[in-house]
Amino acid sequence: MISFLLILLSALFFVGIINKTKSKIAARKMPSVFQAVFDVVRLFKKGSIYSTTTSVIFKIAPIIYFSTVLMAVLFVPIGSQKGLLSFDGDFVFFAYMLALGKFMMIIAAMDTGSGFEGMGANREALYSMLVEPAFFILIGSMALFTNNISFHDLYANLHISSNLSYTISIVSIYILIYIAMVENSRMPIDDPKTHLELTMVHEVMVLDNSGFDLGLIHIATWLKFAIYGSLISDFIINTAWQWYYQLVAFIGIQIIFAMLIGLLEAFRARNKMEKNPQWLIMLSAIAVVVFLTTLIITNKIILN
Amino acid sequence: MSIIIFKVALILSIFQFAFSKKLQFYFSAFIQTIIIAISSYWAISAFSISSKVILPFIPFLGTSLNIEVDQLSAFFILVINFTVLTGLIYSKGYLQPYFKRKSKVEIAWHYFNFVWLHISMLLVVMLRDALAFLIIWEIMSLTSFFLVIFETEKKETITIGIKYLIQMHIGVVFLMLAFIWAYVQTGAEFSFDGLAVYFQTHNPFYLFILFFVGFGIKAGFIPFHSWLPHAHPAAPSHVSGVMSGVMIKMGIYGILRVLMYIHHDLFGIGIFILIISLTSGLIGVSLAIVQHDVKKLLAYHSIENIGIIGIGIGLGVIGLAKDIPVLAVLGFGGGILHILNHSLFKSLLFYTAGSVYTKTHTRNIEQLGGLIKKMPKTALFFLLGALAISGLPPFNGFISEFIIYSGMFKSLYASGLNTDIIILFSFSGLAIIGGLAIFCFTKVFSIIFLGTPRSEKAEEASEVSASMIIPNFFIGFMILLIGFAPILFMQPLSQIVSAFTGETSAIQQIIPTLNNISLSSGILIAIIGIVWLLRTWQQKKQIVSQKATWGCAYTGANPALHQYTATSYADNFVQLSSKLVNVKKDFNNFDEDEIFPKEREFKTHSSDIFENILITFPGNKLIVWLRKIAVFQTGKIQHYLLYALIFIFVIALLTYLNWI
Repeated sequence: MISFLLILLSALFFVGIINKTKSKIAARKMPSVFQAVFDVVRLFKKGSIYSTTTSVIFKIAPIIYFSTVLMAVLFVPIGSQKGLLSFDGDFVFFAYMLALGKFMMIIAAMDTGSGFEGMGANREALYSMLVEPAFFILIGSMALFTNNISFHDLYANLHISSNLSYTISIVSIYILIYIAMVENSRMPIDDPKTHLELTMVHEVMVLDNSGFDLGLIHIATWLKFAIYGSLISDFIINTAWQWYYQLVAFIGIQIIFAMLIGLLEAFRARNKMEKNPQWLIMLSAIAVVVFLTTLIITNKIILN
Repeated sequence: MSIIIFKVALILSIFQFAFSKKLQFYFSAFIQTIIIAISSYWAISAFSISSKVILPFIPFLGTSLNIEVDQLSAFFILVINFTVLTGLIYSKGYLQPYFKRKSKVEIAWHYFNFVWLHISMLLVVMLRDALAFLIIWEIMSLTSFFLVIFETEKKETITIGIKYLIQMHIGVVFLMLAFIWAYVQTGAEFSFDGLAVYFQTHNPFYLFILFFVGFGIKAGFIPFHSWLPHAHPAAPSHVSGVMSGVMIKMGIYGILRVLMYIHHDLFGIGIFILIISLTSGLIGVSLAIVQHDVKKLLAYHSIENIGIIGIGIGLGVIGLAKDIPVLAVLGFGGGILHILNHSLFKSLLFYTAGSVYTKTHTRNIEQLGGLIKKMPKTALFFLLGALAISGLPPFNGFISEFIIYSGMFKSLYASGLNTDIIILFSFSGLAIIGGLAIFCFTKVFSIIFLGTPRSEKAEEASEVSASMIIPNFFIGFMILLIGFAPILFMQPLSQIVSAFTGETSAIQQIIPTLNNISLSSGILIAIIGIVWLLRTWQQKKQIVSQKATWGCAYTGANPALHQYTATSYADNFVQLSSKLVNVKKDFNNFDEDEIFPKEREFKTHSSDIFENILITFPGNKLIVWLRKIAVFQTGKIQHYLLYALIFIFVIALLTYLNWI
């Protein structure tokens, strides 16, 4: 329960911190940390416009998308705090839950019958397909290391047996950061601030969403950031620590992660669209390196 | 008693031809209800007494031919019965438009073959005698051949049917060879049980390969799959549903049945199955993405799902070989549950695709669009099938994939280096297959049902009749039941799996997890409901209006024109995998002196490289040779008499020289 509330709480600040970092670097006047929240509150006070081409799919999709992301939050542990739901193989459910949300958003985009949104939809479908193995290989490495298969147990036992686990952690964090960027359609896969529809991925998919639905989609994005931030913090937090250290570490890591994204976005250009698949496959390749490293650490590959 | 009624029903099926077109459906429904009732009774009693049901069937070559229903047979009997039942109900509406064109005998012949396809599939899983098995296997191929060529007026249908028949016979040759080989080597009885003797004393690998090729042609493993993408589109939809839903599973049944008798040297076999299955899964789904014919696309997805089933079975065999019980139990468990799951969502998808075909007369998805407004029920059922086949929770496809995943992740720690690497490939493969399935089904669902109609055919569509909707409700109910309450199916599943692995404690251990999944699915539905209510409440106070789709503030063009097409949706994937999917673009480029360009066409089409290499290329070579030999066929009686004379002369000479 605590982890659920903490993630919800950190989600509120997340996009604010990213934007603050970006404007600081660009030497612009900084918006309030809560600007994103204000925007969504404004959206919740508005009516909606639905395209005449759309059907019931378009109306239900944002709701299902939001619900799946909220569901995904329930599985995420923080330090020694279990997620609200925790069982063997919960990460499979977690990954497929996010996939369900994406499936609905993709068909909703196609439902509008717009060329732009079709473009975004098929890019999103391809990229999220390509990034899927990286996540599974990462979790597989942890299962190999700890002999557990639920999120909480994986993390809880990660740093217990030996400090060699930190070698896995570092590379895993690198991969997770980029998975988070792909899942949220950020740099270097997609540029949320671009002005041209033809170069967008996620933003172009939601062109026709408005009012309440758009608000939900925004909140889902925050939640996704907070989810991945928590997963990253779990790689660092040792469950043997006192609860207040864990709490401080969690908050600290979330803030650093958000600032890091801001930095990445400020200094990096978007990949060329056709290079994206290669770049995504590279993530899986690095994940395989993590797997092999784990095999070495667990003495299954014997080197000398 | 039950066996007598069963036999009477078999004999009665001949009276199909005595009824008028309208009554034929009811007569075959009558016969099949009897068969379903009796065979299901046997199946359920096999499950409830936890052992075999053995009944004498007919006298056969001096001995009594027995029907044997063990748990594996019982499982397949129930799967067959359910899918055939839904197919039968669906056929009532689907065949209606053909009544004008087809004669009474043609319709009766179709139903007769449908009934006998059902009977032969049941007998395939119930007979153990090798000769009887091969005969009934042959009947299954023949009846399905006649079902495929129902639309005989189309010339290509006949060609496809003949191709199908030839490939089935190549499969039978492998099976025959395998049985005879085992018989010759051991002299044990000529049946499945006789194989046990062979496998005890010999290296099982090579005989297994023979069986695998024979059964694999039926199951559609790559590279033995090339009949599938042709036969399914050509057949009527209820037949495609039954063929894809259960008939190709007879191949899987055969493989499982043979595996039951092998108890040593399993590692090589496991690796073999796993590699073929991963290839089938990945290539099947990749080729599915580039198809424009909806039924061909679904056929390629059958190959993909056979691959997933094979991954489960392959991992199970590896688990047995390496003595990792959790991998063995969950591998077999997931694979076998996926057989049931695939039979459900694939038949659902074929029925709904058939409904679309009935109303629009085209299977080319590029000509469809916007059908969700014209055929809302069909659309929702197609969506249900699409979500389930993509393996998304809370539907049934997720459960079987989840069980396979659990098996893999649970055994990572305990197993050795080799197995770890194998598992790494398997779960990465399964994850990519899942992602590609989502890619493919977002494409096909949105191109067929969403957006604006792309042709008049799609604009004039309307919802289909009740008999084509009702079976979808049954299947949809089962999909949700397995998705939300998988626990109900674990007891029978562990009985089936125990035949392979002995103990099934891993299934008992996974039950709390499955309960948690059911709970999570319930919570998801609750959250969706709450958010839906919140939005309704919010929108009550606000203005909700309808406007055209945003098109850069430009509203002049026809909305159907600037929609995404299936080709463009698939294009970025095609670029990634151009070598594999082999998409060719036909376009005449502009000449330099062509000042006023003429009208041009742009076409893309894909061809299956495996089919090209394995079937088309050798086939064409063979035809070239046969053409050369055909010089002897002059059509003149004098020449033929001359051949006969030469033949007699040669024989006489050889006899004289004492060479024969």
